[in-house]
Amino acid sequence: MHFNLFVLPFSAGMVILVALLALRYFKWLSHLETGNLKTIGSKFFSLKTLHALREIFMECLLHRKVFKNNVLLGYMHMSLAFGWFLLIVVGKFETLYYTGKHANELYYPVFFRYFEQHPHQSGMLSLFNAAMDLILLLILSGVGIALLRRFRPGVTGTKSATKHSFGDRLALSALWLIFPLRLLAESSTAGFSGNGSFLTQPIGNFMALFIPVQHLSIVFWWMYSLSLGAFMVAIPYSRYMHIPTEVLLILLRNWGLKTNDSFTGFSEIEVQSCSRCGICIDTCQMDARKKNQMVYFLREYRYDQLRPDLTDNCLMCGRCNVACPVGIDLTRQRLLQRKKSALEHHEGFKYLQQHQSIEKTKVIYFAGCMSHLSPAISRSMEKIFKAAKVNYLFLDKEGSVCCGRPLKLSGQFDAAAKLMEHNRQQIIASGATTLVTSCPICYKSFTEDYHLRIRVLHHSEYLPELILQKKITVHPSGKKVVYHDPCELGRGSGIYEQPRLLLNHFTDLVPILRERENALCCGGSLGNLTISPDERGEITKTTAGSLNSPGPEIVATSCPMCKKSLAPFSDAPVKDIAEIVADHLEITTESQKSSKHSKEQEMVEIN
Amino acid sequence: MKDWGFSILKGRQIDFENNDFSISEFVTLHEPSFKWCIGCGSCTATCSAARLTDFNPRKIKLLIRRGETKGIAEEAAKCMLCGKCQLVCPRGINTRNVIQNIKRALNLRHAL
Repeated sequence: MHFNLFVLPFSAGMVILVALLALRYFKWLSHLETGNLKTIGSKFFSLKTLHALREIFMECLLHRKVFKNNVLLGYMHMSLAFGWFLLIVVGKFETLYYTGKHANELYYPVFFRYFEQHPHQSGMLSLFNAAMDLILLLILSGVGIALLRRFRPGVTGTKSATKHSFGDRLALSALWLIFPLRLLAESSTAGFSGNGSFLTQPIGNFMALFIPVQHLSIVFWWMYSLSLGAFMVAIPYSRYMHIPTEVLLILLRNWGLKTNDSFTGFSEIEVQSCSRCGICIDTCQMDARKKNQMVYFLREYRYDQLRPDLTDNCLMCGRCNVACPVGIDLTRQRLLQRKKSALEHHEGFKYLQQHQSIEKTKVIYFAGCMSHLSPAISRSMEKIFKAAKVNYLFLDKEGSVCCGRPLKLSGQFDAAAKLMEHNRQQIIASGATTLVTSCPICYKSFTEDYHLRIRVLHHSEYLPELILQKKITVHPSGKKVVYHDPCELGRGSGIYEQPRLLLNHFTDLVPILRERENALCCGGSLGNLTISPDERGEITKTTAGSLNSPGPEIVATSCPMCKKSLAPFSDAPVKDIAEIVADHLEITTESQKSSKHSKEQEMVEIN
Repeated sequence: MKDWGFSILKGRQIDFENNDFSISEFVTLHEPSFKWCIGCGSCTATCSAARLTDFNPRKIKLLIRRGETKGIAEEAAKCMLCGKCQLVCPRGINTRNVIQNIKRALNLRHAL
């Protein structure tokens, strides 16, 4: 029976940790959406589980996504996570080999070198010994980088590191002490017993020259156990909750669970998986000193200190979603907290009546509120529709009832639903089978929230179709064009290629450094009510500068909001792709005649 | 008030001494750009809701600044938050946040 009083802090810490985790996970898992448990049951013995295990290995242990961000940062996280995992696994095999038994005391492998103090003669045991020393060295190199990073954040390629709370800093200190203390404990024992390997033995011999290692080693073992126990207890109350919770998250996610329009037990698990690594801070275009980035928002939520002003102060551009190594749906979490603290005022929309009858049509064109502020876009679309001889209804020609997404983004889901229902009824009443819109915000709203059973297209998808179907032709432009991915169309709806297909067809489209998922936000976002006009301008200026750096003749985009925001700050003119297409439209004589005729009519009306 | 010897119609009088400026102060505190409003009316001209009903953002802001806050709550609730007013504002005021804070201030008042 191997025992010493010093194993108690570690053992108590383990017991408390396991108990707290069990309680919390049980609570969250009992708050899943209805049907989730059935989904889990059906997927438990499927390939998805293997996929999840692979993801757990690649992300939780090897930290692959962090490596993609920065190699040294990835190594730092991996050495600690994978190293500790290896210590446990290899240590287990070591004790199994040594004792020949599976069932030893739980703390026995952790304090193996204390309990077995005679030097290892057998080759296999020396190999295990060396392996454990090597793994410890790996971990210590990571701790070294972490320590260096606190003084020189640039060394791992990150401009800003998370400003941790006091509790997190305590937990961090406990974690960083564990392995140096293990080194000291094992080395001091090796110093008088000779049971160390290539790392611990020399250090032990060195220590024996200055201190009475035979008597003092027990102190180091106590400290090692205490730091382990302290860290275990700190896990459920600090950022390190992510260690076990991310494993659970990956399993559930692979089994098909996700957060939708309400905050469930799964959402809680998602939020608790945030490691506060701070990678989201650098990708955020807002001022890091304001501390409203996702890492701070999630921390405030977990400690029940949410401030509505800060929850609102986010462009909802989604750059953080792309960067997060845990893959948390950050913007959705933010939206759900906005929903919780929102003041609903949906009584105000009684004036929305289904007034006039809608004429029947096959294709509806919905310009959207913002397109009306840039009439060139809707006029271009009308010109294109006419050239393609498409029978369309311009639903909001006289002005739009807002699609509802700006209201939804402010958290007022019920009020937004009123607007959506109004528009939805109009669309259904028209009998249309295709809905084309010029605004990515409306597009996302139609596809996500309107539950329409018809084809919904953004014009950047519709125009390439028209060209492929030879309904319109464009003559080549030869102009050097740069394309700006709007947040709501790109990251928000996954449409990156169709606008590029379109532009590549007839212009000289050049790639830029930050595009597709990494595109910058124009700053115009309606997802932020609080941001000051000055700060918005700063963001727009940076984005416009980045777009103009290859010296384009035109900055193309597919969002009226982006166009209006970028235009004042851009050297090159900013045009919607619909405008560029309309400018280069090949018009046959018939349609030329009819457009001339309508131009004459306009002149008459003006006079 | 000094007696000038003639009467003034109540409806044509802005009583700066007795009017309620708490809403205006609350809004200005949370959205400082509210101060820049010159009452040009571009916001109302482009407003989506104003096209369909009697909603007038310029008037709402003007009344708040005068301290005449009666009936504002029902009016402010008509805003769809579409953002056109903000894009056309010549002074770059964060008009959406102004309306949001007007609603917040009136809500707090009712809560009290």
